[in-house]
Amino acid sequence: MWFFTSPKIAFGEDSLEQLSAIEGKRVLVITDPIVSKLGMLEVVTNELKKEPRTVEVFDQVEAEPSFENVETVAAALRSFQPDLIVALGGGSCIDAAKGAWVLYERPDLKLDAVTPMTKLDLRKKARLVAIPTTAGTGSDATWVAVLTDRSQNMKLDYFASRELVPDYSILNPKFLLKLPKQATSYTGLDAIDQAIEAYVNQWRNDFADGLALRSIQILFEYLPKAFDNPDDLLARQKTQNAATMAGLAFSNSQVGLAHATGHALGAIFHMPHGLAVGISNPYVIQFSSRDAAQLYRDIAHVIGIEEQSDQKATAMLVESIKKLMNHVETPLSLREAGISHSAFLQSLDNLIEQTNRSTCTFVNPRVPDPEEVRKLFVCMYEGQPVDF
Amino acid sequence: MEQVNANKKYEDAAKTWEGDFLFVVQPDAELKEPSTMYMDLWHGKCRDAALVKPGEDKKAAFVYSGSYGNWKKLINKQIDPIQGLLTGKFKLKGDMAKVMRAVRAAKELVETASKVPTEFA
Repeated sequence: MWFFTSPKIAFGEDSLEQLSAIEGKRVLVITDPIVSKLGMLEVVTNELKKEPRTVEVFDQVEAEPSFENVETVAAALRSFQPDLIVALGGGSCIDAAKGAWVLYERPDLKLDAVTPMTKLDLRKKARLVAIPTTAGTGSDATWVAVLTDRSQNMKLDYFASRELVPDYSILNPKFLLKLPKQATSYTGLDAIDQAIEAYVNQWRNDFADGLALRSIQILFEYLPKAFDNPDDLLARQKTQNAATMAGLAFSNSQVGLAHATGHALGAIFHMPHGLAVGISNPYVIQFSSRDAAQLYRDIAHVIGIEEQSDQKATAMLVESIKKLMNHVETPLSLREAGISHSAFLQSLDNLIEQTNRSTCTFVNPRVPDPEEVRKLFVCMYEGQPVDF
Repeated sequence: MEQVNANKKYEDAAKTWEGDFLFVVQPDAELKEPSTMYMDLWHGKCRDAALVKPGEDKKAAFVYSGSYGNWKKLINKQIDPIQGLLTGKFKLKGDMAKVMRAVRAAKELVETASKVPTEFA
């Protein structure tokens, strides 16, 4: 037995109109200073104000939100007492809103005590609407929030509950027109990795598989177009839809080892999540191919690789991903990403420890032991193929 | 207990773990009486293990319970221990966040259990 969970999803150029149909008398929009400055906040608040209701804004979400930042958002919620929360922004804004929503509804809980087994009883006070302004995190469709525990210098990856799936996800492709090139590439590569890891995961299932394969197909076609021509609205819409599909895929299956290593890299080196996961992805595919090459061949097929040999198709898939990373100007190794050798060596034990503790590691098709994790990180650093 | 203490992978994965468990097998169509095993797990080793006698009021930091049929599936690796919790096939009482930080140890414990020659009722 397993479940499939999804928010109601409104998509298309006119999707923001759905905001008028969503009930809520007191609305708090949670966003960050950049989204606020770029004018997207104004578009959303104007749409919300078409109905008689009180709308307030909290625009101080930080990138890769910490527990402390989430506590600040929660304080704003407690002060304003909304019955509708609108999370507007990238994954950080949506994840911070999810965390703060829990604290608002359940002041008796601490963030690091929330697990997928915790009964939260959300929606007694408010419902959650997510409006992503990037195409990659998938947080608008998932039951997970990635929050950073600064005291431990690590990302909490078990903050999850099916109750955290937003009530609505509203996908307005026009918001992506303002997304910088680098954010376009990093978030797009994150979405590709989510879909790949969902498809090869130990928890894979038919419902997630379909979404994963189609989202990979769309992203390989449209991510380069969105990167080359940021004003290509069709490319923006396609990548946005595919990112949410990838979010649904991994939320109902799981992500794997590339997310475990990516979270560790993000926490220790403060790398953007999409970059960390994007760099990890080809190496993790090479490592996992011993046990999942047939599944990687399925993925290779949907992006047009006709090779029938599982291993050869997997190798060609890795090359296609690297080619795509080159196209969207993303480094292929940790060294290329600017991490010094001494900093890498100094942090290696911590990277291994965090990867070994991650729940994502143990649902990967091939589960590494600590020595294999060490070798994997060395390959990622040096840009060497994984051959063990 | 011997199998756990001989498993180096478990020892490594659970080197910081401190907490004893009651593993409760609940009756179903195939099992008439409940059965409970106690294990004291400490820093990668099992310090004590025993079957709990009927009527004995044994306490532990964690209680992991499920039906006999589901235990069989777990030992035969047809159920993942975490998925078992997420689908309600197993219940866990205790500090769940602590368990989520020790998934590797939990997996290794199940791996060990699955290697023990077992005859089901």
